[in-house]
Amino acid sequence: MTALVEVRNLSKVYVRGKQRIEVLHHVGIDIEEGGFVALMGPSGSGKSTLLNLIGGLDSPTEGSISISGTRIDRMGEDQLAQWRAENVGFVFQFYHLMEMLTAQKNVELPLLLTRLSPAERKRNAGTALQLVGLESRATHKPSELSGGQQQRVAIARAIVSDPKLIVCDEPTGDLDRQSAEEILKLLQQLNANHRKTIVMVTHDPIAAGFAKNTLHLDKGTLVAAGVLPA
Amino acid sequence: MKFVPLVWAALMRRKARTMLTVLSVLIAFLLFGLLDSVRSTFDNAGQSSPGRSRILVTPKSGMGTKPLPFSLLTQITDIPGVMGIDYASYVVGTYQDPKNSIAVEAHPESFFQLYPEVSVKSEELSALRGTRTGVLAGEMLIHKFGWKVGDKIALLTAQPRKDGSTVWTFDLVGSFHFTDENMKINEVLLYGNYQYVEEARAQEAGTVTYYSVKVASPSDVDRVAALIDHATANSNHETKSQSENAWANAQLQQYGDLGFVVTSIMGAVFFTLLLLTGHTMLRAVHERIPEIAVLKTLGFRGKKIVALILFESMSIVLIGALIGLVTAMLAVTWVRSLEILPIPISSVGTDVWLRGISAAVVLGIVVGILPAVRGLRLRIVDALSGR
Repeated sequence: MTALVEVRNLSKVYVRGKQRIEVLHHVGIDIEEGGFVALMGPSGSGKSTLLNLIGGLDSPTEGSISISGTRIDRMGEDQLAQWRAENVGFVFQFYHLMEMLTAQKNVELPLLLTRLSPAERKRNAGTALQLVGLESRATHKPSELSGGQQQRVAIARAIVSDPKLIVCDEPTGDLDRQSAEEILKLLQQLNANHRKTIVMVTHDPIAAGFAKNTLHLDKGTLVAAGVLPA
Repeated sequence: MKFVPLVWAALMRRKARTMLTVLSVLIAFLLFGLLDSVRSTFDNAGQSSPGRSRILVTPKSGMGTKPLPFSLLTQITDIPGVMGIDYASYVVGTYQDPKNSIAVEAHPESFFQLYPEVSVKSEELSALRGTRTGVLAGEMLIHKFGWKVGDKIALLTAQPRKDGSTVWTFDLVGSFHFTDENMKINEVLLYGNYQYVEEARAQEAGTVTYYSVKVASPSDVDRVAALIDHATANSNHETKSQSENAWANAQLQQYGDLGFVVTSIMGAVFFTLLLLTGHTMLRAVHERIPEIAVLKTLGFRGKKIVALILFESMSIVLIGALIGLVTAMLAVTWVRSLEILPIPISSVGTDVWLRGISAAVVLGIVVGILPAVRGLRLRIVDALSGR
């Protein structure tokens, strides 16, 4: 197996006024293609920062990040935007759906950046919704859906452009136990059946149990690092 | 086009706020349409294409202050460059009610050659020539008083006739109108025969109120006008000669600088609108910061975010402006149909639309630029974590 995500000597420093905060300190990890990794650690340990860096939402202060052999740490903002559109799906704790758009239109959002025709966009979004079991709710707006259903729509949006990598930031943090389990099983299915590589930040050890591997961060340092088998 | 649903979703997020903002833009542009139409009316009134090649010769002290001698006719006709000449004397009085002030412009036959823009039926023109006391009435007067051919129009004047009366009675033989919108201001006149007025009046015989001189082209106006004024210099009837359009413009300027007034009012209105709509857009974008961050996360570049926000601000302003201008157009059409104004107000024409839409585009950009920059600079990680 080859590593899809290669993180080397990664550091991230935030400067707030005169204060210099080192959130990540020389972190190095590899995540194999088809892996499902849970990033755990206490608040302020740097797990969300690491996730943001792997997802191309932020740039490191030092070190390198390669995804499928592409150095994303060297990319400018516009390049990163295009790279994210083509290679990563995002799932957030609070779903972040557009409240005025239907589930179908929310899922179509990433496809607006492609050359697909309206009919193709609709078809692909329909397929993604089907995959998460929400095809019957396509015309519903987020306010008409439960939290679990909204998170399913967010997952459909994350997979609609068929990215290799899905990054999830506390995807079950706002859900009840049953909905959380459904979401985690869905992520497991995407990982097992569709070979999606998933990196998930979570506080919840039960949620982490659904991942194939767990990484622990503490004070910006990886407690247990290394090549993680898929 | 594929981004339209996104912009529409943003606009519909707070329906009441969007509606109220569009309404304020609508009212501002309704006001703009109405005021700019009034300004256009005054700017263009009396301006015609043939008028650029005609010189109006009036006393130096101003039209109506004293008459000019009829003897000037030959003097002016002999000036090189003069292609034709007309003259007129006025009979001004009231019709039936002291509030109904009406003027009869008495011309020789040459008038209708010099003023091809006056549209008269040929049989009515023949009737005027064959009826000494005949007059043609402007269509605004015809509509106002419900006159018909054959009516006698008696004007109570301050101008005595040779028979001692101050009542001048004219026979209506037809009507005239101007095909040029800008000349419709003259449809409140009666056109009569100079010879009749000249023979019937007890005072100011052998005089005219003004001369109108035709030259070959607009470029000859200044030269010929200077020659006419030079010919009358140091006489007791010194003249002021200028193009007919310049004269009409100067007359309307006497009412005040309407352009300045309109510009000042609209400046204040648009500035207020700018603050109001700008604040609304800033709030709307502020409330959607997480949504914008998500769009950026999904791969929307900064430029696209800027375009979406500008599209949104432009939509609000353009929708309001379009409805406002259409409402102004309908309102002006309605006011024109009532025929209650002494000058027919110009319809909301292409020039008003162009100025209105240009103002809306500029306003839309200015209003959207700050929120757009905010969207551009937004850091995804900060926005998503609520910082």
